[in-house]
Amino acid sequence: MFQLIAPFFQDLYERTGLNFIVFYAPYEYDRFLSGIAISLQLIFWSIVASLLIGVFGAWAQSARSPVLRGLVGAYIQAFRNTPPMIQLLFFYFALGAFTPQVDMGGYYQPLISSFAWAIISLGIFGGAFNVEIFRSGLEAVPDSTREAAESLCMSKWQIYTYVTLPLAFRISLPALTNNLISLAKTTSLAYVISVPEVTYSLNQVWSDNINVPEMMLLLFLFYILVVSLLAAGLHFLERRLALPGYGQ
Amino acid sequence: MSLQTKSKSPAGADWTADQPIVSLCDVHKSYGSVEVLKGISLDVRKGEVICIIGPSGSGKSTLIRCINGLNDIQKGSIKVEGQEVNDPKLDLLTLRKKVGIVFQQYNLFPHKTALDNVMMAPVLVLKEPKKEVEERARALIAKVRLQGKENAYPGELSGGQQQRVAIARSLAMRPDVMLFDEVTAALDPETVKEVLLTIRELASEGMTCILVTHEMGFAREVADHVYFTDQGVIVEHGPPRQFFTKASDPRTRQFLSQIL
Repeated sequence: MFQLIAPFFQDLYERTGLNFIVFYAPYEYDRFLSGIAISLQLIFWSIVASLLIGVFGAWAQSARSPVLRGLVGAYIQAFRNTPPMIQLLFFYFALGAFTPQVDMGGYYQPLISSFAWAIISLGIFGGAFNVEIFRSGLEAVPDSTREAAESLCMSKWQIYTYVTLPLAFRISLPALTNNLISLAKTTSLAYVISVPEVTYSLNQVWSDNINVPEMMLLLFLFYILVVSLLAAGLHFLERRLALPGYGQ
Repeated sequence: MSLQTKSKSPAGADWTADQPIVSLCDVHKSYGSVEVLKGISLDVRKGEVICIIGPSGSGKSTLIRCINGLNDIQKGSIKVEGQEVNDPKLDLLTLRKKVGIVFQQYNLFPHKTALDNVMMAPVLVLKEPKKEVEERARALIAKVRLQGKENAYPGELSGGQQQRVAIARSLAMRPDVMLFDEVTAALDPETVKEVLLTIRELASEGMTCILVTHEMGFAREVADHVYFTDQGVIVEHGPPRQFFTKASDPRTRQFLSQIL
């Protein structure tokens, strides 16, 4: 791949001055690819973490214990009402200072890397919204539908897994799509705690080569591509799960 | 209406088929400070068809929902096959296997096809083999005259068709008693007929049916016994012939004159 495109971009640079160095210099190419790989992992794991938190939180919000409900409410208030960048800085610098260090044979490394902190922080940030999204879905399932399942002798657990959740998920999906897209874009903020994701690595490239506009363009295109793929996937899911004639 | 028969065992072990299959005795039910049922007593024998009529807000739906434990009661006793419903120790699942209910708003599972709606409970609850259940479900769907609609989703069916799927879904659990809670109230007159036809067939096959209904013509033709409730009490009851022609209570007469 690299051998294929390198001559073209080298030529482009020599003739026009447009310096897409990541496509013809092996060192910068590796930097760029590793940035992309880390960004994709960050997006994937943040989404997984936020979904787990969302499902668990929505369940906890319907729990009987007022303490549990209060805790979930406080969590949502705290993380929905503060900027994600501040949250990242808080997790990495405030909490990171208290996490144990591991002896790596002569030097010490924090037990939780900046990459791990970014997943924790972004997962918690996205999760706060997901709790509310899933809750609205659960609440939109009519009591009467649950009652019908109840009168067919289905157990609480069967009603939850076979009736309530499948319907709640469908109702939640459009709002969930919005939030996951937003979360995918927010991962670029991991830059501030030096996670070498694509924004960070391209920043290093343009600092070394003074080709800011070209690299910015690339960064833009990267997010457009990734986020439209994510959105297309979620819309596909939405269409697959759509109920014929429902709600008409 | 038959004489009250008292079953000694709360588990209903000594219940026999010649006793009332459903027996209500002095049932009281309140929502907060509002008392909606103020001492209802009635007996239903196996194979009987009972229609409960009355103005809205008279507690008809509440009454029928109490019979399969969807609503709890504050005082009195409800027995199904000799088993006390108002017993905190009662396993509601055992009760509900005997009593099927069909609702005004159908309440089908919108994410399942008609066939899956009918199959779901027998497979999940009764743990019967899928193949057998499917055979039975297809037969039930044919019985309610919906052949060819097995794979339709509820959203693709008319109200009357959905209601018939709901009846098939209840029947799939092989109940001994069927409750119908104003099942035609949300339907247009055309489709009311097809649903009533299905219920009429059920009744003629000997299914015990308790209906809350506004279909006076249906009550007159199919019911063995008609109950008129108003403000939480049974005002008057009797076999339809007598009930519709010789109602003695002024409230019943007024209600009937408005509706007929």
